[in-house]
Amino acid sequence: MSGDTLLEVDDLRVTFPTRTGLVQAVRGVSFSLGRERLGIVGESGSGKSQTGRAIMGLTPPQAEVSAKKLAFDGIDLLSISPRERRALRGNRIAMILQDPKYSLDPVMTIGRQIVETLRTHEKVSKAEARERALAMLQAVQIRDPARVFDLYPHEVSGGMGQRAMIAMMLVTGPELMIADEPTSALDVTVQLDVLKILDKLVAERGMGLIFISHDLRLVSSFCDRVVVMYAGKVVEQIKASELRDAQHPYTRGLLNCMPRIGFERHPLPVLDRKPEWAA
Amino acid sequence: MTAFITVEGLEVVFDRFRALKGVSLEVREGESYGLVGESGSGKSTLLRAITGLAPVSAGTITVNGKTLGKTRDKAFYREVQMVFQDPYGSLHPRQTVDRLLQEPLAIHGIADGEKRIERALDEVGLGKGFRFRYAHQLSGGQRQRVAIARALILEPSILLLDEPTSALDASVQAEVLNLLEEVRRRRKLTFLMVSHDLAIITHMCERLMVMQNGEAVETLTASQLIGQRVSEDYTRNLLRASEGFVRA
Amino acid sequence: MSAETIQSRRAWLLSDRPASRLQARLGRAYVAWRRFSANRLALVGMLIIIALLVVAAFADVLAPYSPTVGDLKNARLLPPGAAHWFGTDDLGRDIYSRIVYGARWTLYVVILVAIIAAPIGLLVGTIAGYAGGWTDTILMRITDIFLAFPKLVLALAFVAALGPGIENAVLAIAITSWPPYARIARAETLTVRNSDYIKAVQLMGASPFRIVLRHIMPLCISSLIIRVTLDMAGIILTAAGLGFLGLGAQPPLPEWGAMIASGRRFILDQWWVAAAPGAAILIVSLGFNLLGDGLRDALDPRSGDQ
Repeated sequence: MSGDTLLEVDDLRVTFPTRTGLVQAVRGVSFSLGRERLGIVGESGSGKSQTGRAIMGLTPPQAEVSAKKLAFDGIDLLSISPRERRALRGNRIAMILQDPKYSLDPVMTIGRQIVETLRTHEKVSKAEARERALAMLQAVQIRDPARVFDLYPHEVSGGMGQRAMIAMMLVTGPELMIADEPTSALDVTVQLDVLKILDKLVAERGMGLIFISHDLRLVSSFCDRVVVMYAGKVVEQIKASELRDAQHPYTRGLLNCMPRIGFERHPLPVLDRKPEWAA
Repeated sequence: MTAFITVEGLEVVFDRFRALKGVSLEVREGESYGLVGESGSGKSTLLRAITGLAPVSAGTITVNGKTLGKTRDKAFYREVQMVFQDPYGSLHPRQTVDRLLQEPLAIHGIADGEKRIERALDEVGLGKGFRFRYAHQLSGGQRQRVAIARALILEPSILLLDEPTSALDASVQAEVLNLLEEVRRRRKLTFLMVSHDLAIITHMCERLMVMQNGEAVETLTASQLIGQRVSEDYTRNLLRASEGFVRA
Repeated sequence: MSAETIQSRRAWLLSDRPASRLQARLGRAYVAWRRFSANRLALVGMLIIIALLVVAAFADVLAPYSPTVGDLKNARLLPPGAAHWFGTDDLGRDIYSRIVYGARWTLYVVILVAIIAAPIGLLVGTIAGYAGGWTDTILMRITDIFLAFPKLVLALAFVAALGPGIENAVLAIAITSWPPYARIARAETLTVRNSDYIKAVQLMGASPFRIVLRHIMPLCISSLIIRVTLDMAGIILTAAGLGFLGLGAQPPLPEWGAMIASGRRFILDQWWVAAAPGAAILIVSLGFNLLGDGLRDALDPRSGDQ
């Protein structure tokens, strides 16, 4: 799966100023990504989302991002101008967020949003853009693309909205996709449909995918490799297929503490957090 | 054992939208009963209808032999309490834990407040150090423990749980589920628990009802579900989905 | 106090685990104060208001002359000078002394209006917002009727009906200034009334009255305090306006608005008679506005819990 390196992250740090001093949300995260599916798993406050945002260049302006290396396809993301960064974003790197309700523009039809996205990054005629938008909606398995094209985000269900979001993000043909909890707001059955679509598109287009989630089991069933984060640091990197043999007690604890159908455990094992994990 | 909570032909209508379409169920005393379904299945509405937060347009609800009318009296709330889904929204932002726990005691004119507050905090594993904190000084799991303490302080016999752990991290979820099991055992409570997660329901409940679009799909025991002895396709779908992603 | 004790006191106030009700409350107040005091202009506003309070309290000491009895023979319309800092008016009264005593009347008006109008608005707004339905419709239509008239015109009508005088002016201003508070309180109530924490109290068996009084009102109060403070300037100006029209304070009361009115006649030749009370009104209004802005930053519930 992992051919050439698409993204290289070395010692990434994100620091937020607060009233009580500086807080490091991400404290020296390193990993590299090829054309594969990489999962970043962690609980709230582990810095997983801030890692994704830092790569995407969406860190809040008051925070500071530093890294020994943060390179996408050989381009040093920290030294290029904001303008060049913007050109990359949405074109070669795309991001899907948790809730389509908040990430789609409520006063613009879905179709127009996809067309606009395409036309900001590529010089295409209106007719061709529309053509490609419709094809993209078809690709995310929306049954009646022409109808959905003219709908507003509030007129579609959560699952449909998330598919539209994926369509919008994929229409420019990005090479790297960052998905931050893309299915957490969806019902379980819909969740799997959306994941299936994402999986197929990523495989077909040979994209790199970073899948950020709190759900270790879901991530491990979807991704090739898993990075487990705790308190802003990577505690373990492991192949998804070898997750059962995870070494770090945090990873093992996370896997264990979820109730599973057919495995009666009363009480459930709980995580015994060790201060040295965060050290 | 006799039925402790009986719901018969319950209908709830919000502005012409039928959220519940004639649902019936029976919960026995001391039992833990689960309601599973996806969003819009009406599972939370059912809980809210029992507490009087959702308008009942048809059907009857009987709790401990008493059939409920349009309004609930104070005695009802000493019997039935509820824990909400979102621990960030269910605690008053301007009140300390102490104030939050005092309120139910004040409403019901209970005298031994001090003792009860300390015991409730101990019982949910928080202890005295948390008594004078505001909600924003607590983590999600701690907030949910406070919410549980608040529900327990009136010493109810029935606890309604509306997705009590879905907003929490997995490790915190385990702690809260363990806590709920423990208080149930100690206080011999009856649980009616709502969740979208089959694994949680089978872990916590002896019997369950699968719901979809405001209707009951089927009623199962936890062991039937574990043994995959289900009769409806919808339930089977849910079961499959709970296994995680499977690459075709 | 050594730096160390200050440090430990601060730590005590900012503690994440307060050990008593008092500490929790003080800690909260301290956080709000820190946010407030970070705003320089707000501090200026607060200083102005404190100065107003001090002047009003110690008017007897601060004023060198009587505010009501002047020296008609020797001291009519004197320009500002060493004997009379702000000059004298047409009846030979020392303007500085009148302004100092006037601070009392200004405070009197502002505080009374706030005490009458804010609770009415709070009560009407929270009840309308929480009860909804018919109660809401009726209460809000009444509010709309009051809002439909220009404030000063309505106040004029009330004073005309009640008879001129500073008490009636206060009453008239109060009657005309509660509707915006009711609107704010209602809007605030609507945003919290469906929240889980209010539902949780309902499920405790609390009466609607208790919920409104103990759980909803405390959430509305900070927006209301902010709004009232910002309105203070308006109240002062309305009172001055009524005074100017002869419907507020009656001579010889040293009310600032009335002072401007009497100075109007010789504004071109003896400008100081009107200018001094005008400046006083300007400064105090500015003070309240700055204070209100600062409070908005410090108390606004939307700016997070901390």
